Order: sequence, then C-alpha cells, then structure tokens
Amino acid sequence: MTVATNMEPQSDPNAEPMISLQHIYKSFEGKEVLRDLSIDIARGESVVIVGGSGTGKSVTLKHIIGLLRPDSGHVMIEGRDITEMRPVELNRFRQHFGMAFQEGALFDSMSVFENIAFPLRRHTKMTEEAIAARVEECLEQVHLHGVDGKRPSELSGGMRRRVGFARAISLKPEILLFDEPTTGLDPVISDVVADLIVEMDRTLNTTTVTITHDMKVAFKIADRVAMLFQGHIVEDGTPAEFQRSENPIVQQFIEGRAEGPLTDGTNE
Amino acid sequence: MIRVLEQIGRVFLRLFEETGLWFTMLWRTMAWSVRPPYGVGEWFRQMVRLGVDSIPVVFLTAMFTGMVLALQTFIGFQRVHAESFVGSVVALAMLRELSPVLVGLMVTGRVGSSMAAEIGTMRVTEQIDALEALATDPIQYLFVPRVIAGIVMLPFLVVLGDALGIGGGYLVAVRLMHANPVQYEINTYQFLDMNDVWSGLIKASAFGLILTLTGCVRGYYTTGGAEGVGRSTTAAVVNASLIILLSDFFLTKLLF
Ligand SMILES: Nc1ncnc2c1ncn2[C@@H]1O[C@H](COP(=O)(O)OP(=O)(O)OP(=O)(O)O)[C@@H](O)[C@H]1O
Ligand SMILES: [Mg+2]
Repeated sequence: MTVATNMEPQSDPNAEPMISLQHIYKSFEGKEVLRDLSIDIARGESVVIVGGSGTGKSVTLKHIIGLLRPDSGHVMIEGRDITEMRPVELNRFRQHFGMAFQEGALFDSMSVFENIAFPLRRHTKMTEEAIAARVEECLEQVHLHGVDGKRPSELSGGMRRRVGFARAISLKPEILLFDEPTTGLDPVISDVVADLIVEMDRTLNTTTVTITHDMKVAFKIADRVAMLFQGHIVEDGTPAEFQRSENPIVQQFIEGRAEGPLTDGTNE
Repeated sequence: MIRVLEQIGRVFLRLFEETGLWFTMLWRTMAWSVRPPYGVGEWFRQMVRLGVDSIPVVFLTAMFTGMVLALQTFIGFQRVHAESFVGSVVALAMLRELSPVLVGLMVTGRVGSSMAAEIGTMRVTEQIDALEALATDPIQYLFVPRVIAGIVMLPFLVVLGDALGIGGGYLVAVRLMHANPVQYEINTYQFLDMNDVWSGLIKASAFGLILTLTGCVRGYYTTGGAEGVGRSTTAAVVNASLIILLSDFFLTKLLF
C-alpha cells in the first residue's frame, strides 16, 4: 500500500514525472473540493483515478490541463509549472495534451470531420489532403467509419465519445486525458471503449490519465489506480495492490456497498 | 435601515464588478484581435450572420419609424404652421438618433441574444473547455469575430436604416399628408451636415461593439445548464440595451 504523499525524493532523479500535482487546494464558493491533493505520474504510465460522484475527479483532470487554476499548489508538466505560465504560453503548451470530455464536448456547429480537423487546421500547416488523411487515420484508430459528414447531434453517445477521442489524438499528444470515457454506455460498448484506450495508450505511447467510477474499466486500462476521497488521494497502487487494499474506503468502493466510510463522509 | 444600506451597497458592488469584467473582456478581445491566426473565414461568416440576416428586421423597423415620425411631427407642426420643417426633423432624428439606437436595439434582440445562447450552450456542454484543451483561446476564436462583425456591420445597417426611415417619412408626408414633394425633399437636406451622418455611424459602431461583446460575455460566464443559458440570454439583451441607451446619451454629448 503506497499512499501518495510524494514527500519522498524520486528514486531515479533522471526520471522526472511527466505529470506532478503538488499539494493542490481548490475551493468553489467556499466549498472545498480538493484538499492537499498530490500525485506523480511517470512518462508512459496509464493512471486511473477513481472516486465517487462529485468528489472532484473532473476538477482534478482540469487542473492537469490548466483549465482550472489551483488556489494553492503546483501543477508540473514535464518539469514546467503550468500554474505560473502566462495564458498565451499555456495555450501553446496545451498542444502536448489531448483531452476527451465526459460528454464528448464536440463542436455541434461542425461536422465530425471538421471537429477532428479543427486542431490540425489551427495548429499545423498541413495541406487539405494531409488533413483528410489524418482525420481518416484518427477515425480508423477509434474504429469509426463513414461518419465524417455527420453532425454530432446525429450520433449515438458512444459514437460521440469516440469522435471525441479521435479529436483528442489528432495532434499526436504526449498526454491523453479521459474524463469518464464509459459512463452511460452499455457494458459491451464500455468494454470496447476500455480496449480502445488500452490500444491508444500502447500504439501512441502516451501518458494517460483516465477518470472513471467503473472498476472493471479501471482495472483493465490501469498501470496504477488512485482513489480520490475528500479532496485527496487516499490509495494509490497497481490494480492488484488496489484490489487487495485493506483500506475500508477502497473496499467499499470496489464492492459498491451502500454502507461504509465513503457514504458516512459524504453525508455532510 | 442598515439592511437597506447593505443591499444598496451590494448592488453597487455588483455593478462595479460587472463593469470591471466588461472592460477586462473588452481589453482581452482587443489584445487577441491583433494576434494570428486571424480566421478571416469566421469573421466573414459572422458578418453575414449579423449584417445580412438582420436586413429584414432593420427594414421594417426603420421604415415604420420614419413613417410614424413624419405622421406625428406633421400633425404637431401643422398646429403652428411649421409643416415645412417636417422633412428636416425626420432626417435629423433618423440620422443622429433613431436609426442607430433602434437598429442597435433590434440587432441586440436578434443577434446579441443568439450569441449569448450559442456561447452559453457551448459553456454548459464543455465545448469552451474543449476549445481551450485544443489550445485555442475562446476569446480569440469566439469573441473576436463576433465583435468585429458588430463594429463593421452595424454602420451598414444604420445607413440602410437612415435611407429607409427618410424614405418612409417622405412617403407619408407626400402621399398621405399631401406635402409638396419638391419642397419636402429640399427641406430634408436643407439643414443637414456631414457631422449628422458621421455621428450616427460612430454611434452605430459603438453599439455594435456593445451588443456583441455583452452577448459574448454573458454567454461565456453562463453557469447552471439549460436554465442558465436562458438567464444569460435575457441578461445579454437587458444589459446590452441598457448600456446602449446610457452610452447613447454620453456619445451624443461627446459628438454634438
Ligand atoms: N466550475 C465550477 N464551479 C463551481 N463548482 C464546481 C465547478 N466545477 C466543479 N464544481 C464542484 O466541485 C465538485 C466536484 O465536481 P467534479 O465535476 O470534479 O465531480 P466528479 O468527481 O467529476 O463527479 P462526476 O463523477 O459526477 O463527474 C462538485 O461538487 C461541483 O459542484
Ligand atoms: Mg466528472
């Protein structure tokens, strides 16, 4: 059991973590959501963050990409503190990231093709043919065919989610962030999506952070699972370690029981 | 008593906050508008949406305002035997005041509200976060083309409004009230100054900026789902209309 404190020095000083959240505090209108959250994620690692609804998982992910700024604490990406960056610089830095949102967050004024081409058109000098080829490649990667011309509103939830993945990988990012990639999908499609994430993580060789409350998905895609509870990481380990954990909070979450420390804590 | 003062204080505080926010966003929009990439295609699309699509509304508003203005002044001026000044009054009022303000208000209702709704929906469906995640600043991508469209297109709409208002006034005066057409026409241009036209157009640009920026800002700060989008849309129209009417006074004072 390795509770993430991150106080101990890195075992290998050269292996600087790709992502390092250091003592993050964040409140919204007086409501404390993150309290001293710290986690290190190594290059190429696939980390899954689990936790109950409304515990601040999405908020954590948005800190990693700088969509939210912590009240205090630091977010280090490749050794650079993004909380200190100027907006223009941060904006440019975000090209290292691909983020897939909870509901896809596709631009509904554009077709599927235009959605995926959007970052390519804005950030590269690729020709239209090269863009078309790249879009095709991305759609291939998420196993979607013949949807380029469709509008996001014409797609099913699962398809929208996958178009969101395709858009996230189009610039070949080094870091991929998935916010609840399987919530609201049927078990079979959930599994397909989980496989897809594993595949993307392998073939693109990215550092991946996924948020979910589906333990089956978590164990499938994770090199490491971390549990978020009351604003910080209460458990952090390999899927096997996580499953064997004696932490009652983790136990309750894995088993999905109604009684336990999890539910006591949230009855504020 | 204390509670009342507290309430008043809070209202003022909010007003200051809102004003500060508005000017901050204005500054950020200006700063982003000079940074590449420019996305001229999107600027053009917004200009069409704001300018071309507003023509029918402007047409009806300006035309009927000119007509009713001629009718009213004619009736009034007849009492003091000053019918010969109706043309001047209609032209001056349309050019300097009515056309810019009415076009501004109508376009606020039509376009300002839809901008707030569109951007607000993007906010609540995380599309704005997605834009940022794709290394695209929402101010640059969403605000700049819309605000530029407002600044550029409103003067054109106001020129159209001027022409239609004066034309409408002419029709009513000549056809309905049997004024002398030649006399009326001469009278229309008699006291006009280039400044009357310019001041109207400067106002138009200012209103175009106000209504688009307010729509964008209200949309951008939407919270709370579909209901929030509704609130933002209403707020965009109310705020923009108020700012237009207030600034109209000060602009008039400034521009004579
Ligand atoms: N922009 C915001 N403004 C105010 N409060 C917010 C904001 N974003 C999140 N919160 C609050 O922070 C808390 C955590 O939200 P978050 O979206 O991170 O939950 P989550 O763990 O992702 O839950 P879910 O599994 O339901 O997606 C919630 O109580 C929410 O109300
Ligand atoms: Mg969430």
